[in-house]
Amino acid sequence: MTTALIVLPLAGALLVWLLPWSRFWAGSVALLVALVEVGLWINTLVGFDFDAEGLQHAQRVTWLADLDVSYHVGLFGFSLWLAGLTVVVMAAAIAYAFWAGRDRPRSYFGLMLFLTGAIVGVFSAQDLLLFYAFFEAMLIPLYVLVGVWGGPGRIGATLKFVIYTMAGSLLMLAAIVVYGLSEGTFDLVKAGTSGSTWLFLGFVAAFAVKAPLFPLHGWLPDAYRESPSEVSAVLSGVVSKAAVYGLLRIAIAKFPEPAQELRVPILLLAASGLVYGSLLAFRATDFRGVVAYSSLAQMGLITMGLFALNDPGFDGAILQSVAHGLISATLFLLAGSIERRAATGELPRLGGLAKGRPALATLLMTTGVIALAVPGSASFAGEFLILVGVFERGWGWAVVGVVAIVLAAMYMLRLISAVLHERRGRAVTEDALDLRPAELAIVIPLVACLLVLSAWPAGITERSFAGGPDDPRAAVAGRDDGWTGYAPLEEDEP
Amino acid sequence: MIAATTPKVDWFALAPVLALLAASGLALLGAVLVPRRRAHGVGGVFAALGFAVAFVLSALLYVDSGEARNVVAEAIARDRFAALAQLIVCGAGLLAVGISWSERPRVEEHAGEYYALLAAAGAGMAFLVAANNLMVLFLALEWFSISLYVLSAIRADRVESLEAGLKYLIVGGFGSAALLFGSALVYGSTGELMFGRIAEATRAQGLESDPLLLAGLAMVITGLGFKASAAPFHMWTPDVYDGAPTPVTAFMSAATKTVALVLAMRVLVAAFPQLDEFWTLAIAAIACISLAWGNLAALVQRNVKRMLAYSSISHAGFMLIAIAANNELGGRALLYYLIPYSAMSLGAFAVLAARERELGRAVALDDLGGLGWERPLLGLSLWVFMLGFAGLPLTGGFWGKFLVFSAAVERGWTWLVIVGVVATAVSLYYYLSVVRALYMRSDLEVRLMPAGGSPPREGLLQAAVAACLAVTVGSFFAVQPLTDLAEAAAKQLPF
Repeated sequence: MTTALIVLPLAGALLVWLLPWSRFWAGSVALLVALVEVGLWINTLVGFDFDAEGLQHAQRVTWLADLDVSYHVGLFGFSLWLAGLTVVVMAAAIAYAFWAGRDRPRSYFGLMLFLTGAIVGVFSAQDLLLFYAFFEAMLIPLYVLVGVWGGPGRIGATLKFVIYTMAGSLLMLAAIVVYGLSEGTFDLVKAGTSGSTWLFLGFVAAFAVKAPLFPLHGWLPDAYRESPSEVSAVLSGVVSKAAVYGLLRIAIAKFPEPAQELRVPILLLAASGLVYGSLLAFRATDFRGVVAYSSLAQMGLITMGLFALNDPGFDGAILQSVAHGLISATLFLLAGSIERRAATGELPRLGGLAKGRPALATLLMTTGVIALAVPGSASFAGEFLILVGVFERGWGWAVVGVVAIVLAAMYMLRLISAVLHERRGRAVTEDALDLRPAELAIVIPLVACLLVLSAWPAGITERSFAGGPDDPRAAVAGRDDGWTGYAPLEEDEP
Repeated sequence: MIAATTPKVDWFALAPVLALLAASGLALLGAVLVPRRRAHGVGGVFAALGFAVAFVLSALLYVDSGEARNVVAEAIARDRFAALAQLIVCGAGLLAVGISWSERPRVEEHAGEYYALLAAAGAGMAFLVAANNLMVLFLALEWFSISLYVLSAIRADRVESLEAGLKYLIVGGFGSAALLFGSALVYGSTGELMFGRIAEATRAQGLESDPLLLAGLAMVITGLGFKASAAPFHMWTPDVYDGAPTPVTAFMSAATKTVALVLAMRVLVAAFPQLDEFWTLAIAAIACISLAWGNLAALVQRNVKRMLAYSSISHAGFMLIAIAANNELGGRALLYYLIPYSAMSLGAFAVLAARERELGRAVALDDLGGLGWERPLLGLSLWVFMLGFAGLPLTGGFWGKFLVFSAAVERGWTWLVIVGVVATAVSLYYYLSVVRALYMRSDLEVRLMPAGGSPPREGLLQAAVAACLAVTVGSFFAVQPLTDLAEAAAKQLPF
């Protein structure tokens, strides 16, 4: 089942590349494959036993027996949610690209499908080398998607993006080699835990770049600004979550002691990223800049949740990952739609878009309000859990989190008012259309997912970690300096 | 009076070499006997047949050599280690013939000689990898080197080609001299020529710190370093790669590197096991210098052939890490690495050859503009080869690097892994600049200036590129069977 989820988009990619489809058919076939992929995921979801411990839908085929490398895939609860986020956002992105009519459609859609397969592969890989292979395979289509179809600054943006990412992943490769050989296996399920701080840092380097975590976010603004909008949506919504998965499945689960020891510096970086990103988002002068920096902030928040190293932190991080993925994908797609109408994303030249464009206004407003974590929204639930988690590590962390949430409200409201309200900007013409039916059909499902999550966040938080030996919670439980569950507060560390 | 005894000759062990020699002779005869306009075809067919037959024979030899032994008065090693290297050389030779085929109008005048020399070089290489004593080693080394000197200069109408031939001759001659001198010192110290007996004599006579032997070993390493184009013995590489006809460059980059590294591993492991503390460190140092110099110099190249020349230096560095590891995993890593590396290298130069013929001049990075969209197969292949050089997954280059790093870790030299990782990160910049040129230039920037007319028909070249692509990607998925082959071969060395 997991293999089908990975192979279907890859096969679709080959199909789109090799056969001489016309523009229309290339897009249609790609969209069809993406939708079937969503169907396949729903099918997996229905058959998933959330109470069972350990891997589900696992499959293992030996690849290189001497070093015990295998094609080993399978899903945990949290990987299932991240994979679901992937297939939904990718389907929306492919539909959006189809609607926007990208040049060289066969190459474009083939790459998008290839990317889908690679990301799902990352979220299900249970072998370190397989994980690395998918992690890098993700980079290849992204490099081309940004470099060929991106904006005028695309060359510099891709260069930065690739150099940053590869520098991180090569450190991870070195760590993988050393760790795998010392364990005698590259299988994540078989391999034991390790106490090596250096190896831990090798892995964290790769994920910190991918997330990105302050101060390794240098590639982020250019990449998010120069990409086609649906690629930005995928980059910030989905690709960044590969870091969450990696931190959880490898860095924390396999290196519990170093994670414990380095918790404070990592929390410090994450908190700085959270505040710094929020401030930058408040200062950004264009739509995508706000969303890009808010992504930086949100990834900081999610990392704080992860490195709270306790139940609420983990639950909150997963919920927030899914919620933020949907939010930033929606916002980037809306940014793309607005740029198509106004030919610019500069906030001073936008404004007044709400008047006569109710659909755009409603959708942007709804997403924005969910993004600023208004009580009752999915991201409120996620942020609350993360705050509970880090409060456990000292009230100061929670204060930083709360400050950042206030900042989030500031930059989101500023964005909404600058785009929708205020005086009509110079770039906005009277006859700029409201969202077209096709755009609505793409964005509304994303927002609908968000609303469902807002109504029922427990759908994810109670179904991410079922325990068992491979559960990251099991790795940190017991070796902690105190409390790891929803226990009474008097057991807190001071 | 000295009784002249002829050793018993195991003809089967020599069969790949003899097949190539025969092909070379026939191609040369063809050049004389066949009318000139047919000479190209006849020579090409004979060379291709020679490489194909030699390929099959080496495969048979591989299968048959489950037990390693020394034949022909112990001068020749009949083992899987040699047979696998011969397979790579013959495969590279076959593809090189395919790449050379459409070079036709350019080498018309010397077509027969061209293919004869190609087959002769192949024969020398196949001989070299089986060498089991210092005399055979030197003989085979000179044999293929002289063929390559002439091949580099075969475009006698081009001054670059002549310059390449001359430079290669002089610098290569220097390397050969170092090797010969080193061999003499080793012989002087131990009184033996056979690899195995050198080791025995070293142990028996307690020569571990004999300055004569150490100096000899150092000079042997130097000589092999020249052939493997490892820094700091690399200075001929960019000029020769750039000046030689591109199909010849393709063959050299794959096959010469293969045999030089494979032989280096055999000599060091079989003949100098007692001196391993010295030579593993020396090789590791050469590897680091190659990685650093090759990558840094490649960063500033605009001419793609020169860039690939520097990249080949850095790859020599990677493969030397496998030798420096001095363990069986290293042997496996080296033999595996050579398979995708040869394919990528041949393929990349083949694409450049096609572009060169189209434009009628040396290919600068800018000249690749739009190639990816215009000629999808060549563009995609070059893209994959670059990713493979950089060691990204979905290419065999990834497993190659992984195995090399694993060998270094097993030896306990994690610092070599770090050097390799940093070098890889640097190399990404220039490999990606090729991809950037292929795909990411807007139509306005791309100014194509074909030499005239439509691009020549190049069915064989495209087939060769497709084969290289298949090997590059296939070796990623089929890593288990290939490392099994390499493992069975590496086991026969006395690690």
